[in-house]
Amino acid sequence: MTDDYEHYEAVVVGAGPGGAAAAATLAQNGVETLVLERGVESGSKNVSGGLIYAEESAPYTIDGLFPDFRAEASERPISEYYLHNVAGRKVKTIDLTGIHEHDTAWSDAVLRRHMDSWLEDRVHEMTRETGGGLLTGVRVDGLLREAGEIVGVTCEELDPIKADAIIAADGVNSELARDAGLMDWEDPEEWFQGVKAIVDMPEGTIADRFGVADDEGVAHLFSGDLFEGVRGGGFLYTNDDSLSIGTVFHLDSLVAEEAEPHELLDALLTHPLLDQWLQGEYEELEYGAKLVPDSKKVAHPSPHRGRLMLVGDAAGQMQAQGPIIKGMNHAVSAGALAAEAFVEADTRGRPEEAGQRYETKLRDEGVMKKLRPTRYKVASAVGENDAVASVTDKLVDSSLGKLGIKAADRLGLLRRSFNSPFVMSVMPDTQTLYVTAPTAIAEALGTPVRAENDVEPPDLADRIGDLTYDVGDPHIELQDNSFAASGAAVSACPVSATDFGGGCYRDETVKTNGHEEHLVSLDTQPCVECGTCAIVADTEWEHPAGGKGVEFKQG
Amino acid sequence: MHTLVLTKGVPDFREGQVSFDEDGHLERGKTPTVMNPNDKHALEAALQTKVRHGGTVSLMSMGPPGYKEVLQEGMEDVYADDLYLLSDREMGAADTWATSITLSTGIDHLEEEPDVVFAGFKTADGETGHTGPQTCWCQDWPIVTHVVALDIDEEERTLRAKRLVEGDVEEIETVEAPLPCFVVADPEFEPTYRKAEHRLRHKDLRAETQERAANFEDHLEVYDQAELNLDPDFIGLDGSPTIVAGVDPIPKAPSEREATMVDPGDEGAMAEVFEELEPYAGAD
Repeated sequence: MTDDYEHYEAVVVGAGPGGAAAAATLAQNGVETLVLERGVESGSKNVSGGLIYAEESAPYTIDGLFPDFRAEASERPISEYYLHNVAGRKVKTIDLTGIHEHDTAWSDAVLRRHMDSWLEDRVHEMTRETGGGLLTGVRVDGLLREAGEIVGVTCEELDPIKADAIIAADGVNSELARDAGLMDWEDPEEWFQGVKAIVDMPEGTIADRFGVADDEGVAHLFSGDLFEGVRGGGFLYTNDDSLSIGTVFHLDSLVAEEAEPHELLDALLTHPLLDQWLQGEYEELEYGAKLVPDSKKVAHPSPHRGRLMLVGDAAGQMQAQGPIIKGMNHAVSAGALAAEAFVEADTRGRPEEAGQRYETKLRDEGVMKKLRPTRYKVASAVGENDAVASVTDKLVDSSLGKLGIKAADRLGLLRRSFNSPFVMSVMPDTQTLYVTAPTAIAEALGTPVRAENDVEPPDLADRIGDLTYDVGDPHIELQDNSFAASGAAVSACPVSATDFGGGCYRDETVKTNGHEEHLVSLDTQPCVECGTCAIVADTEWEHPAGGKGVEFKQG
Repeated sequence: MHTLVLTKGVPDFREGQVSFDEDGHLERGKTPTVMNPNDKHALEAALQTKVRHGGTVSLMSMGPPGYKEVLQEGMEDVYADDLYLLSDREMGAADTWATSITLSTGIDHLEEEPDVVFAGFKTADGETGHTGPQTCWCQDWPIVTHVVALDIDEEERTLRAKRLVEGDVEEIETVEAPLPCFVVADPEFEPTYRKAEHRLRHKDLRAETQERAANFEDHLEVYDQAELNLDPDFIGLDGSPTIVAGVDPIPKAPSEREATMVDPGDEGAMAEVFEELEPYAGAD
């Protein structure tokens, strides 16, 4: 029956920015391209922090590929960028516009449902002309192999499809990347987890409270002691008529502290500093979460195998270093480069060389250097060494350290350091950067916030209740339900919590024959498909069927 | 491939829509007319045929001028190309026999003979399931009923169908019929689109149909008695041998369960509950 399989020159899996960029580039080159997206609509499975960048040095930008993008698909352009160092009520704000604008052609806030669904229509139109097109509600669940070679994809809703090139832009939990053995879900140290609330705020109110015109936006970042010592920080971005407020933490730190992600988000939402913007009014439109790969550790240096090329989050292409978080722009570059690589290889009659060409392009176009900076490798070897990290941390926190902070501020060094791309790229990923230093800075230089923030964020049950689900079959299986193996999921899962019965993961004490067992139970009904439990618990993890599972309206 | 779907407008029997008078008679004026729910399966079968094999789909109905909207609804669902309404006062009050004769004449009147005619299982108002098979009998074509899956071989001009035997979902047989033929789609009919190409075509058709459905009257032909020139003794009330002797409302099923409310905090009452339940509990 193999001969009956459909064939397309290229199959792109996932219609986010990476998949869209790949498909658009393929279509522009006349390649017959089929795009398969598992959401009911593109963007319905996506959550992002909310800023997309176009870098001056990038080989491709989203508006270069989709000219009306900024006018039609994005929210406000970000013109101001601040970092708030917090210690209790004391806050020291540093203007980060310098680093934000470094190598930046523009940067806009985005909401993924709106953005990706706009891209979906453009991509379908472009690819349809090549004889392909874009289909939603189709879950690609594996690679089709013949004699051990990857020759196509298998799908839950369709018969297998053969292709000369397969571009997997299927996100952070890419099943294709795992099927190919290129990525794994092993080590929490390689991941961040982001949690975000979309908060309703009329356009005029945003203008008043943030002091921006209708076509301007602002980004605020938060770090210091407001997150129970968990390594990470918070953000607030202005959309057209809502705010994206969220937190991003190192997954290993979340697990170590047994912190509840939604409570850390609440700690930000209810901090006095936010009263100037929220002023006691709070209507949460959506609660979402996402796993974020740390490209410094997991960006695959050789993200291809046979006809398969990985793009964006699927390849770990998510740059997160200090306050800089860039993912979608790299996915766009990678997607277009993968497409370009296939077109060139195919033109020369050697389509099998596409992957190698893609790898070379990622390197030559400077994408890989941003994702895995060499100097970080050297700096982290020293800075993230436990003994060194501990000394640095104590030093910053000491009176000597605080004296230094004051001196640095007087000399303007502090602002300059935070705005230096060099300093930011060598900054070790330790407690010092996220917690100790910001706290010490705020203590030494901060001014206390006097306002009271009386916002009451919804509880987890309401947040879960407000999400839209089309529940399919359970898509996660708990392999080992002992608390020792899978207990970390109870707190780390963004829709579960200790002593909360309405989430995905629950801890239970079961008495059998006189002895007690501490177990974990799982109900995937409220799952937001972030993938956290794939890493911190012992699970068999796959995506729900096409069109099933959680549906984000904002993203 | 030209397919035709026979459809009917029926009162919307869903709760909140349907209206009955004090005597339990349907109030037609107060109840909206919708497409017969079972016809949706015939539409799905026709759509699958169009998506897989191309060609055109036509919809035909006999009824008052108000059925135009029912046909429009069907056009959106099945991405139909042409709509045909057989409508004339003389055709009114027909039973299934007179209706079948009228529909069959309507089919003969089409410019292009259909390769497959699809009908729904039965109507929500009459519940007879006669009209499809009788119309087929008038055409003297083969018919396959209770169809749950369908495949057409255009070259061989045959249709292969999976059908429920005696309406039983446990027993399915596969039958073949030469084209042209009639197909009655069972409510269990499931269209399948396992090829990307088919789903893409589906999407194209949806986009095309939106414009057509907005201007559906441009694609609608109304055949009246003058056009069809039917024998007046075989249509409408005069052509209907069925006599309705009377209509009795279906009595409500008696409620056999008794309920007692128990406060779960009341230990004595709860103990009684457990006592009551004990005989039903399995052996330990």
